[in-house]
Amino acid sequence: MSEKAVELKGIYKAYKTGFTMKKVNALNGVDLVINKGEVFGYLGPNGSGKTTTLKLIMGIIYPDSGEIEVMSKSPYDISVKEKIGFLPESPYFYDYLTAVEFLDFYARLFSIPRGVRNERIRRLLKSVGLEERADEPLRRFSRGMLQRIGIAQALINDPEIVFLDEPMSGLDPLGRAEVKEIIQGLKREGKTIVFSSHILPDVEAIADRVGIIVEGKIRDVGNLDRMLDDRVSFVEVTVYGLDHDLLKSLKGKVEVKRTLGDRTVLLIDGAENINEVIDYLRSLKISIESVEPIRVTLEELFLSEIKGKTK
Amino acid sequence: MTSFFKKVWVITVNTFREAVRDRVLYSIVFFALLILALSTVMDIITIGQKSKIIKDVGLASISIFGTLIAIFVGIGLVYKELDKRTIYTIVAKPVTRFQFLLGKYFGLVLTIFVEVLAMGLIFVAIAFFVTGSLDMRLFIAIGLIFLELMVVCGVAIFFSSFSTPILSGMFTLGVYVIGHTTRDLYEFSANFKGTFLEMFFKILYYVFPNLDNFNIRSQVVHGLPISGEYFLFSISYGVLYIAILLIISSIVFTKRDFK
Repeated sequence: MSEKAVELKGIYKAYKTGFTMKKVNALNGVDLVINKGEVFGYLGPNGSGKTTTLKLIMGIIYPDSGEIEVMSKSPYDISVKEKIGFLPESPYFYDYLTAVEFLDFYARLFSIPRGVRNERIRRLLKSVGLEERADEPLRRFSRGMLQRIGIAQALINDPEIVFLDEPMSGLDPLGRAEVKEIIQGLKREGKTIVFSSHILPDVEAIADRVGIIVEGKIRDVGNLDRMLDDRVSFVEVTVYGLDHDLLKSLKGKVEVKRTLGDRTVLLIDGAENINEVIDYLRSLKISIESVEPIRVTLEELFLSEIKGKTK
Repeated sequence: MTSFFKKVWVITVNTFREAVRDRVLYSIVFFALLILALSTVMDIITIGQKSKIIKDVGLASISIFGTLIAIFVGIGLVYKELDKRTIYTIVAKPVTRFQFLLGKYFGLVLTIFVEVLAMGLIFVAIAFFVTGSLDMRLFIAIGLIFLELMVVCGVAIFFSSFSTPILSGMFTLGVYVIGHTTRDLYEFSANFKGTFLEMFFKILYYVFPNLDNFNIRSQVVHGLPISGEYFLFSISYGVLYIAILLIISSIVFTKRDFK
């Protein structure tokens, strides 16, 4: 059993909004375990509760009920904060500071000795590709550069767990690739990484496990391959010389995806039908060009979770 | 320095740096020009009273200038961190919210200190040139003005810990005005003996800071004696009031959610 990095048990959180102070539920009983050493992708549409969850783990807000543990301790414990790093969503930093001053400020909050501090700041600026801009004030930084200095800030204490809220949003493809590379580098160093996102290909590329949150409730958590494998729901079969009468006899078992000349692409739904249909086609000497299992993409899975149609 | 105060100091320095880079201290130049202009005008329109008026106007200017800066800078300090969400990264670091608030407070106090020190030196120098003598008691008066400003900073930080800048500004200004009239409130309460209003005005008297405790302008201007006990009482009162304000602010700030 892997060690737990973060555990949330039955977390409820509501915000009071507007003039009438109407309560809006942000989290409705969230249970979540994040293991040490994994890259955990936290997925959900806007307003689903991703940021609220991260803010609760950081101790920025307090839960209405439920329990939170970070490395088996309370998230409000100062010793926990020594070992974590956090990049908030759309960070807006002290823009009157230069990149070096900015990182030095955070490093001092960890009481990191001067020698280590200077060395680490230099190394981090290099790893996020900002060494050339070290002495420029942050107010001159672009969105992507701010995101990168934000990541450097989250890593200033060489943390064991790094929490990144939407680290790739608002970045161009190059910027996203750079952030992905940084996350993969952190993984190689054995760090636990928790990041939220709604950019699915990015999650697919780097997360070991994924949690899907919709309307303040966790809909699914698990290994991404497992989640997608579970849903290999149909097979695409391409055949030659299939006529209309034959198709009729297969009604209910296959669906015609498209026809290209005498080539027909069929979709076979349900594992139990696959062998039966193929045997039938072969018995009629129908030539099969290819058989391809179609996996649900994360995007489809995500959309179906949002619509509440799965399971 | 213990680790606790080291972290407070890190926030203090950053807050001061922000004020400096926002060009808050440029107001000193404005003050210098104002005092120079005033002393020239006074020179022309006053006969015989020149020394007293220069001292009175100068000390009042330092107090008003300092108060305005304390309020304008103070009310936005904590709010800006929440609004720009820089507080998120701070809370995620090994710093308590109390340390953060103390750091913000002392950063503001440090800004005001530099401001008052510069204004004070400019004023004393001008007073020396105009009157031909150096009145050391001006430094005591300026010191107490600084203490008064420390209380005002505390009030600004207190409101800023849970309210918007506009409201905090209005509240702090309100406290400042009432703070200079609390003695009147106390005397006023005697008119309502035995009624609810007597209690009400007395509570106001005790809750609001008595800022006149820090005002020794008339004694300095008119050359009246100031007792050591009065001086000691003012300092103790100021320090105690600030401590209570910071503790209450910290309790409010620690309990709240940062949205």
